Amino acid sequence: MSIEVSGVNKRYGDFVALENINLSIPTGGLTALLGPSGGGKTTLLRVIAGLETADSGSILIEGTDATRLAVQKRNVGFVFQHYAAFKHMSVARNVAFGLEIRKRPKGEIQARVEELLELVHLSQFAHRLPSQLSGGQRQRMALARALAVEPTVLLLDEPFGALDAKVRKELRDWLRRLHEEVHVTTVFVTHDQEEALEVADEIVVINEGRVEQVGTPDQLYDAPANDFVMGFLGSVTTLDGQLVRPHDIEVSLAPAGPDSIEGTVSRVQRIGFEVRLTVLTDDGEVVTVELTRPHARRLALEQGRVVFLSALFEPAKPVLVAGA
Amino acid sequence: MAEVRRVRNGPFGYLLRAFVIVYLVLLVAWPLLLVVTHTFAHGTESLQALFADPDLVAALRLTALAAVVATVINTVFGVGISLLLVRCEFPGKRLLSAFVDLPLAVSPIVVGLALVLVYGGRDGWFGPTLESWGFQVVFATPGIIMATAFVSLPLVIREVEPVLREVGTEQEQAAWSLGASGWQAFWRVTLPAIKWAMIYGVVLTLARSIGEFGAVKVVSGNVLGETRTATLAVEEKYLNFDQDGAYAVAFLLASVSVLCILVVFVLRARSARRFSAEGQ
Amino acid sequence: MAELIGTRPAASRPALAHNLTRTSGIGLGLTMLWFSLLVLLPLAAVIVTASQAGWSGFWSTITNDQTAASIRLTVLAAVVVTALNVFTGTAIAWVLVRDHFPGKGLLELIIDVPFALPTIVAGLVLLSLYGNESPLGLHWANTQWSVYLAFLFVTLPFVVRTVQPVLEELESDVEEAAASLGASRVTTFRRIILPSLAPAIAAGAALSFARAVGEYGSLVLLSGNLPFESEVSSVRILSAIEHDNPGGAASIATLLLLISLAVILLLDLIQRRVARRG
Repeated sequence: MSIEVSGVNKRYGDFVALENINLSIPTGGLTALLGPSGGGKTTLLRVIAGLETADSGSILIEGTDATRLAVQKRNVGFVFQHYAAFKHMSVARNVAFGLEIRKRPKGEIQARVEELLELVHLSQFAHRLPSQLSGGQRQRMALARALAVEPTVLLLDEPFGALDAKVRKELRDWLRRLHEEVHVTTVFVTHDQEEALEVADEIVVINEGRVEQVGTPDQLYDAPANDFVMGFLGSVTTLDGQLVRPHDIEVSLAPAGPDSIEGTVSRVQRIGFEVRLTVLTDDGEVVTVELTRPHARRLALEQGRVVFLSALFEPAKPVLVAGA
Repeated sequence: MAEVRRVRNGPFGYLLRAFVIVYLVLLVAWPLLLVVTHTFAHGTESLQALFADPDLVAALRLTALAAVVATVINTVFGVGISLLLVRCEFPGKRLLSAFVDLPLAVSPIVVGLALVLVYGGRDGWFGPTLESWGFQVVFATPGIIMATAFVSLPLVIREVEPVLREVGTEQEQAAWSLGASGWQAFWRVTLPAIKWAMIYGVVLTLARSIGEFGAVKVVSGNVLGETRTATLAVEEKYLNFDQDGAYAVAFLLASVSVLCILVVFVLRARSARRFSAEGQ
Repeated sequence: MAELIGTRPAASRPALAHNLTRTSGIGLGLTMLWFSLLVLLPLAAVIVTASQAGWSGFWSTITNDQTAASIRLTVLAAVVVTALNVFTGTAIAWVLVRDHFPGKGLLELIIDVPFALPTIVAGLVLLSLYGNESPLGLHWANTQWSVYLAFLFVTLPFVVRTVQPVLEELESDVEEAAASLGASRVTTFRRIILPSLAPAIAAGAALSFARAVGEYGSLVLLSGNLPFESEVSSVRILSAIEHDNPGGAASIATLLLLISLAVILLLDLIQRRVARRG
């Protein structure tokens, strides 16, 4: 295991930021710390980096006890949410910074900087100032700067948070590919479940200072440990008092079995390739159902139509996954 | 980012503009211009005469020395205090931040009086002890430097502190995460970020230091060739009916201060352009 | 953008100070030592010396006819000049921010001249236009008008320079919103702009008042220091020092400090009311 977090607590005055965090992050993986803002995920990342000290507990990085190690000695690459570009230095000087601090020979620094700028597609911007770059380019520069020192682990704080939707999507794919190329243990913080599901090998869900669940994207989506994880990853609705995914509800025009629930369609919305129904059941429950357009057309669904609903799968039971 | 908004100039707008121009011309521009014409009424004669007077050369030298030393002290302490006020938490911080502006609100004469009461050789609080060690403050160069440092103390802080606050700590944290020590991060990241603010502060401090009069008058004793500064020389020459001499020294001092303002003005315009380029 | 960074919770947490604890501790110690030796102790000495004379000594010093006259003149002129600066300073800041015409840069430069110009030179400068050889025929030297003039000159930058940045930052869409709701330009100014400027105007006025009350250098050559006519309090302090009467000098100095403090507090109070009324 590359990073071992054990028994970490951190509070700010009365506010508990982290409560007894135990976590193992595998070497070479791409792990997301996912959760709502204010939930403690950024604090955990900063504790791992050494930018904050935990009140208690320990941090091991590649087998070395880093708990008391200053940030300078941990050899981590940290990418800040707002990039923290050194505004007065050119792109190349920014990337060279860590190597200059380590007093590497000039020739080596130059070669390494060129190689990295190539990797992040910024070669032609080497002599620009950060202020002359776009947000996405600045982010890639920050990434190259962090990678230059050949860090043991790469830590990214909301790496795409400040970018617009399109650039965000591009950078996500790019980070995924970059990770396949460089293969450094990577941990990133995000509040965007779609981003975590798409990019990460493993997701750690953090809420109110606690780890809610650890697992692969599939495990988290299909077998959420609790209602919070289920609600946070993907959309949910209630059917017969239980949480279900809206696309896991079968809609039919006649009762499909003893458990079918009768209701009236109160609204039909077409969103791209899918159709979203709002159904008012006889018990007074408002249920959201998602189905494909051909399916909806086959049933000739429209407002006021009586339908029967049943869950496709048994409603999710809390399942504890290894590592949590 | 404040966007430039053009006002539809009604009659009131033009009236306001005219008022402002007339006011500034009458209060500042015209009188300043008259000093220049007075100085050169007899060509460059009176200016040349200044540099032939050894006492005056000594006075200019003393002014330069006091101003430079006070500026160095105030720059080091100004940046230090700004860092403490922005980055650290300690008891009494709010009080300190209120007190650093105090020198702007105290009369220069009171500054002089205050220094004499503590460091006066005859019956100051510390003065007699210091003099028994052979260190004279009041009526000597150290007193002049202290008076100068006192009156210009807040200027560097007022420029540097807000910039430091705005820059934030992220760039420093990035430097640490890349292995830089506290000092390396300060020299390579923090200092370049506050460089321009510091330079404005230094230039303003220098201008203010060169021009200090009241406080210096109280602590200097005005000994010809020893503790007489250039501003004291202006007063003395004028009162001794050497009007040409007084105007010449005044012109010299005014040129330095106008030059200082020009430097700040140009630098500010430069950084404003840079800032707006960044905003795009 | 800067504000966004500033309000992020991570940035506002003071937890990072520990990285510099030892260095910053030593720095704090050195700084406080120097600051005490240079500023705090000497100012304390003024107040202690004033109190040593006792209440009666203090009272007899400041009620001396000549001293009382100088204090009346100083405070009156400072109040009048500060009030004028509130209007002219705001007007100048307004023109500098909102108006555009060739030569505006020069005005920007002129504003800072009184701040950087040696005060003794300022006196000489004013004497050239308002002295006995005045091309305008205004012979204000050695009259009490010279005191008003000198105060106006040296306090010129304060209100302008505190109001200007606030005016620059003022979002024009707020004014447009007010206009779209039917507010006239006067109403917009009074209800929207003025309340936002009030803190800056008050801060500038406070600086301006404190500076005026303590002014000395620019008056030396201009006012002639005529008792009961053009003599200000700073001159009285100086002559007390020169007559080897530190107790008297400290008494007047303490009174001036107290008056400045009172005015600063009063301005803060007014500012709060105006800002709230908006």
